Amino acid sequence: MALIETKSLTYSYPGATKPSISDVSIKVEKGEFVLITGPSGCGKTTLCRTFNGLIPQFYQGELKGEITVAGLDAAKHPTYEMARHVGLVFQNPENQLFALSVEKDVAFGLENLGYPRDEMRKRVDWALNLTGISDLRDRSPHEMSGGQQQRVAIAAVLAMQPEIIVLDEPTSFLDPLSAQKIFDVIHELNKNLGLTVILVEHRLDLTAKYANHIIIMDQGKVRFDGETRRILSNEETRLIGVGIPKATLLYEMLNKDGANLGTVTPLSSDELAKMLLEVMKH
Amino acid sequence: MLTVENIHYAYASGVEALKGVSLTVKDGEFVAVMGQNGAGKTTLVKHFNGLLKPSSGRVLIDDVETTKTSVAALAKTVGFVFQNPDHQLFSETVEEEIAFALKNFGYEPAVIEDRITWAVNLLGLTQYRKTSPFMLSGGERKRVALASVLSWDPKVLVLDEPTIGQDHQQKENLRQFIMQLQTQGKTIVVVTHDVEFVAECNPRVVLMREGKIIADGEGKNILTDPQMLEQSSIVLPQVAQVFTYLNLPGLPKNVIDLYEAKRLLLKMLETSQ
Ligand SMILES: Nc1ncnc2c1ncn2[C@@H]1O[C@H](COP(=O)(O)OP(=O)(O)O)[C@@H](O)[C@H]1O
Ligand SMILES: Nc1ncnc2c1ncn2[C@@H]1O[C@H](COP(=O)(O)OP(=O)(O)O)[C@@H](O)[C@H]1O
Ligand SMILES: [Mg+2]
Ligand SMILES: [Mg+2]
Repeated sequence: MALIETKSLTYSYPGATKPSISDVSIKVEKGEFVLITGPSGCGKTTLCRTFNGLIPQFYQGELKGEITVAGLDAAKHPTYEMARHVGLVFQNPENQLFALSVEKDVAFGLENLGYPRDEMRKRVDWALNLTGISDLRDRSPHEMSGGQQQRVAIAAVLAMQPEIIVLDEPTSFLDPLSAQKIFDVIHELNKNLGLTVILVEHRLDLTAKYANHIIIMDQGKVRFDGETRRILSNEETRLIGVGIPKATLLYEMLNKDGANLGTVTPLSSDELAKMLLEVMKH
Repeated sequence: MLTVENIHYAYASGVEALKGVSLTVKDGEFVAVMGQNGAGKTTLVKHFNGLLKPSSGRVLIDDVETTKTSVAALAKTVGFVFQNPDHQLFSETVEEEIAFALKNFGYEPAVIEDRITWAVNLLGLTQYRKTSPFMLSGGERKRVALASVLSWDPKVLVLDEPTIGQDHQQKENLRQFIMQLQTQGKTIVVVTHDVEFVAECNPRVVLMREGKIIADGEGKNILTDPQMLEQSSIVLPQVAQVFTYLNLPGLPKNVIDLYEAKRLLLKMLETSQ
């Protein structure tokens, strides 16, 4: 069975005149790295909130259809229980951090679940280390920059070691190299530990290469859903205004002008450069 | 013209955010200030409209030192859009928001009305004139802040991290918009770490690191220098990555433009076959 499965999921916020997501049917298998993208307001954050039950349990409103996450009915199963399976990093880190120190914030979820001190310490150190904020452990999250807060929010979720991690535009405030390092870490966990990753991002230049599966939404609906390379080589995705990686665009432009680079659409500059070198050898 | 002469700046906390920065921006120039988180970009541009005054050194706007004039007078010349629009929005409706500064500058009601109409139209906010800015999405709030600043027609426009959280289409709109302002002769300073955005706009690039400017020049040259960028925690734009990876004799490395890249690569493929 898929780790996450939704069937005709439709949701309206309380008092809303139209649904924010409608008729969403998707499947995420264990160990996948899924990228969700689409224009602002298309429902990405709303969909993420259904994965751990915040919608409808916290937001109320009207949810129709089915959602199963890790074998549980996410719409009904208590959210604090869902948190064992699904870690959600919010778009806005301020909303996630409330403790007096970084260390306490990262330990918070573990404390709640009653982990022994030793285990807690180990996991907190591990998470702080992965996100590169070990030296900030005693600082107050509220005195930190947006980028640093985002690292803390990611560390807090990683420390819980959930099966599924959902990251909603998690590095928007970070400079590009720091963002890339965080994505590399998440990708490593995905490959080595089988962590299932769902990442919401606009910047496909930075992230398409990590994802085996992409979901493109528009106006509350899923418009494209499938293997990243296949979907991004479909020119219809351009009509939704998705930021296709430059390497992918360049490959298309070259092929259109008669270069014969083969049929495997590159998702990164490395892939495109290797293709070019390969063609030149012959 | 905007002149920064060897300025230092320390916050009350003791953090020395600027450690000797000099820079000249001519009228009509388009400059991107780039660099890692905490490099001092926001601190630097806050000196342009007198929000911050240097601990030492001087900042001159059209030959007038910022310490010798009022923040209000400076604001009229240098419009500033903050990274977080919520720091500058406080009115009940979008039109009141825009009217606020105009009233402060002493414009006549009829002029104010004209300017509001012009600004909301320019930024696609006409339907929200009577809406509270806080009911709008983050991207829309950013546009309200921008409309408000543009309404008094400042000569210089400073945008702090305008692309954060914006989707592809919104970024493209912003780019078009900046181009349009440029043709009107505005001076534009954008603080950003969005390399792909900068590669597409191709402005002059000022690169900062730890309170200093470490490079200043054409985007084409700075954004294609891996060592330099790494120091500023910036990655190369994807097009430049391809050329760096290829590293072939006869093929330049300083390419950031998609169409130039296509031309060069097609030529290379032709001659190699
Ligand atoms: N808490 C909320 N209450 C009411 N409407 C909301 C709320 N959050 C989002 N919406 C609306 O739902 C739609 C989808 O928003 P969202 O899921 O945030 O999109 P995205 O994350 O793709 O930008 C938008 O029309 C937005 O205004
Ligand atoms: N209000 C403030 N009080 C104390 N330190 C600050 C304040 N604002 C910024 N800083 C510090 O000054 C340095 C430069 O910050 P900033 O100009 O915001 O950098 P950037 O915009 O390049 O990310 C950083 O070390 C930052 O922590
Ligand atoms: Mg969102
Ligand atoms: Mg800043």
